[in-house]
Amino acid sequence: MPDTRRLLKERIAGTAMLVLTAVSILLTAAIGIGLYIRSEPLLARHSLGSLLTSSVWKPMKGEFGFFPFIMGTLWVTCLALFIALPLSLLSAIYLSEYAAPRIRRMVVPIVDLLSGIPPVVYGVWGVLFVVPLIQRSAGTDVTHFTSGYSVLAGAIVLAVMIFPLLISILFEVFSGVPLEMKNASLSLGATQWQTIKFVLLKKSAPGILAATALAVSRSFGETIAVLMVCGNMPLAPHAVTDACYPLPALIANNYGEMLSVPMYDSALLFAAFILFVIIFLFNLLSRIVLARIEKNLV
Amino acid sequence: MTNTPHISVQNLNLYYGTRQALKNININIPDKKVTSFIGPSGCGKTSLLKTFNRLHDSALDVRVAGKVLVDGENIYDKQVEVTHIRKKMGLLSQRPFPLPLSIYGNVAYGPKLHGVKDKPLLDALVEQRLKEVALWDEVKDRLHTPATGLSIGQQQRLCLARGLAVEPEIILGDEPTSALDPKSTHKVEELFLELKNKYTIVLVTHILRQARRVSDYIVFVYDGQIIEFGPTEELLLNPKEELTKDYIRGFFS
Ligand SMILES: Nc1ncnc2c1ncn2[C@@H]1O[C@H](COP(=O)(O)OP(=O)(O)OP(=O)(O)O)[C@@H](O)[C@H]1O
Ligand SMILES: [Mg+2]
Repeated sequence: MPDTRRLLKERIAGTAMLVLTAVSILLTAAIGIGLYIRSEPLLARHSLGSLLTSSVWKPMKGEFGFFPFIMGTLWVTCLALFIALPLSLLSAIYLSEYAAPRIRRMVVPIVDLLSGIPPVVYGVWGVLFVVPLIQRSAGTDVTHFTSGYSVLAGAIVLAVMIFPLLISILFEVFSGVPLEMKNASLSLGATQWQTIKFVLLKKSAPGILAATALAVSRSFGETIAVLMVCGNMPLAPHAVTDACYPLPALIANNYGEMLSVPMYDSALLFAAFILFVIIFLFNLLSRIVLARIEKNLV
Repeated sequence: MTNTPHISVQNLNLYYGTRQALKNININIPDKKVTSFIGPSGCGKTSLLKTFNRLHDSALDVRVAGKVLVDGENIYDKQVEVTHIRKKMGLLSQRPFPLPLSIYGNVAYGPKLHGVKDKPLLDALVEQRLKEVALWDEVKDRLHTPATGLSIGQQQRLCLARGLAVEPEIILGDEPTSALDPKSTHKVEELFLELKNKYTIVLVTHILRQARRVSDYIVFVYDGQIIEFGPTEELLLNPKEELTKDYIRGFFS
């Protein structure tokens, strides 16, 4: 009975996929719960509110304020996105709409290659080029003094790192917009730029958002390259030339080192938990926005 | 043909890379009539139609040589602004491609591009165009919903309304009914018959019966060349060229 066998296969495949999906969801949940449990000791002593809003970081004295780290993470990520998104949008538009096929064939593989370079290399590049550049261009005025190790340095390095990822996803997204749809706009007398603005970008809005979400998630978690150029001072930044200390850098720098200090490991795992929640909330938010966009326009 | 030609194609050649897809095309398309292009798949009908509003411009390895005069103006002249040429023509493609906007947004797209900002005026324009394609009653309660929510037949009429909204002189239809069911096809055909009083219509079709129903003139294209051109009945019933005869016999026998 070939037909029952086919149905059986179908069912096995379906079940297997369900199980695998469930495993990956459970694993994520387990990590979240595990982090929470390990931060319990800290949470038992301090209220959640004071942990999140306090700026005092004195582990030796048992004071753990995470506000500077949260701000450090948000500043670096937002600024990186602010730099990378417009540039990669323009590059991807150029590649998909204007570039000659010859150029496209050359550039796209290079962009893909860039995304394969290990983060530490970007970090070294940041230390050698970006940090000194920022230090020099900030001037010598005392009020503007900066070591160069700063939010800006972190953001630039991060932007350069997510740039290839963004370009290659956006390029795919733009290439997916049917030629006939663009022709429809052109044949109504729209210029190419109008067509890009009103049709290409609009049609690609969900894809652009998804690409951005991916890039942001990646930036939130990026550790080594950012750690090398951000200065790692536990103070909330007030300007882009201030040093900062993003959450992943905090964890990577200290985990396994000062664990003799009471509560310290609990605090670091709480930092990981905060990062987890930030990324989770961010993804949830982008899902909601995506659903909105898709409902309104297809 | 007593009318002066609306589109006049002179010594037109088109190459995709090194492959020649249109060979020395010469034809005069009469004003305010329906002219249909027929011919086997791959013979160059779409390619020819696209030369009329310079849709090959953005394609990178396509070369067009020769002249296309619209209202006496060679649209391939260096000085000619392409948007001004395209605005003269409404295009219907083989499948409807609504813009990623609402129903209203699709029809208002062209007028907005060309500077109509006044809301009541736009409203009136949208209503008028949708009525012109007999879609108004079906969509008037959901003008601001996505155009993709319409059936394919409705979408094709919407695309026609969208094209009419820029007040073109010419309607180009590339097998505009090929994705439609018989009823929608019938509707679109009727529209063409009404519209030909006001517009010059150029139609590409695979369906000889359709060509016969709606067109005044037929052009038979074969392998990138124009084989024969004449009034509908004459060409269908009394073709002069062997190739035309063979092609038509293939359909009616
Ligand atoms: N972008 C392109 N690049 C290369 N060759 C092309 C391209 N578009 C069309 N051609 C070729 O040019 C020839 C004419 O194509 P065209 O689309 O004009 O035919 P058609 O008459 O419209 O066919 P159909 O009735 O199937 O739509 C075909 O041989 C086709 O393969
Ligand atoms: Mg075709």
